[in-house]
Amino acid sequence: MAPKGKIEIDEELCKECGLCITVCRTDNIAFSSRLNSSGFHPASFKDNGKCTGCTLCAVMCPDGAIEVFRA
Amino acid sequence: MKKVYSRPKSLKPTKFHYCPGCGHSTVHRLICEVIDELSIADRTIGVCPAGCAVIAYNYFDVDMIEAAHGRGCAVATGIKRVLPDRVIFTYQGDGDLAAIGTAETLHAANRGENFTIIFINNAVYGMTGGQMAPTTLTGQFSTTTPFGRSEKLDGYPIRVSELLAQLPGTVYIERCAVNSPLNINRTKKALKKAFLYQMDNDFGLTMIEILSQCPTNWKMSPPDACRWMEEVMMKEYPLGIIKDVTAIKGAE
Ligand code: SF4
Ligand code: SF4
Ligand code: SF4
Repeated sequence: MAPKGKIEIDEELCKECGLCITVCRTDNIAFSSRLNSSGFHPASFKDNGKCTGCTLCAVMCPDGAIEVFRA
Repeated sequence: MKKVYSRPKSLKPTKFHYCPGCGHSTVHRLICEVIDELSIADRTIGVCPAGCAVIAYNYFDVDMIEAAHGRGCAVATGIKRVLPDRVIFTYQGDGDLAAIGTAETLHAANRGENFTIIFINNAVYGMTGGQMAPTTLTGQFSTTTPFGRSEKLDGYPIRVSELLAQLPGTVYIERCAVNSPLNINRTKKALKKAFLYQMDNDFGLTMIEILSQCPTNWKMSPPDACRWMEEVMMKEYPLGIIKDVTAIKGAE
């Protein structure tokens, strides 16, 4: 089945706070090993096929780094 | 796929200067979402504080003005009286509003000035490095209460919302928080309701107190800070409507 949702994270805005990771119920976000220009490991979308596009991660993100899409 | 969530238009694409996980930027975004939904960007004027949010004007794509420390409510009073058709909000932290600005805040509330105070309560002085604020919890550690705040030595945490609710000039006061998606959505609803009231009336102060995480000075990770708010801070500062004599039902 095609995933119902997806997110895009602006890696430059991300500050590695981890709040999106704690609220995602489909375990779909993890820190990447890359560094952004501020020296943070930005969160990245795992795209494990289970994203529902629920928007919880984007609502929680203090830095407005997440956009959510739904089928 | 269709885009269902992105940054509001009236929030500039600027990167926030706040610490990782700080609640300030969440509140900024919510204010901008409400401004967009009410289509009032061209007639909103915000008043910035001293404190971590001192350069908040860098983020809002609406008219903003910087007040001297604590004087936000006096400045907002002046603007609203000269331009009564504008939507005016002050953005103030606990040091700004509840310490140096107590007099201005209390008297603006007592006069029933028709603007909205957005009061950020993170129980600490953020920008200056984590000293005790009037709102610091009993027993809470800060750089000036290294053994925990003592009621005998330092007084009690001030519940500003309950205090102002006693004045006939206040019409709507709600305490919210930005530590979870549920509470964030409730905060947005409260902000919208306060703005709607202000737009439809010419008297009465509205205030939304927002419990906001300061992971840096609490010396916690952002997820721990959000949990601490639920488990400890909300016992002293319970969420909910403190006063509501408006006829406006919940926004949305
Ligand atoms: S939209 Fe929901 S399911 Fe998808 S990544 Fe965000 S929190 Fe997880
Ligand atoms: S909540 Fe936002 S800033 Fe924090 S880790 Fe996730 S994407 Fe980055
Ligand atoms: S010191 Fe606290 S309130 Fe100030 S930006 Fe950092 S986390 Fe936010």
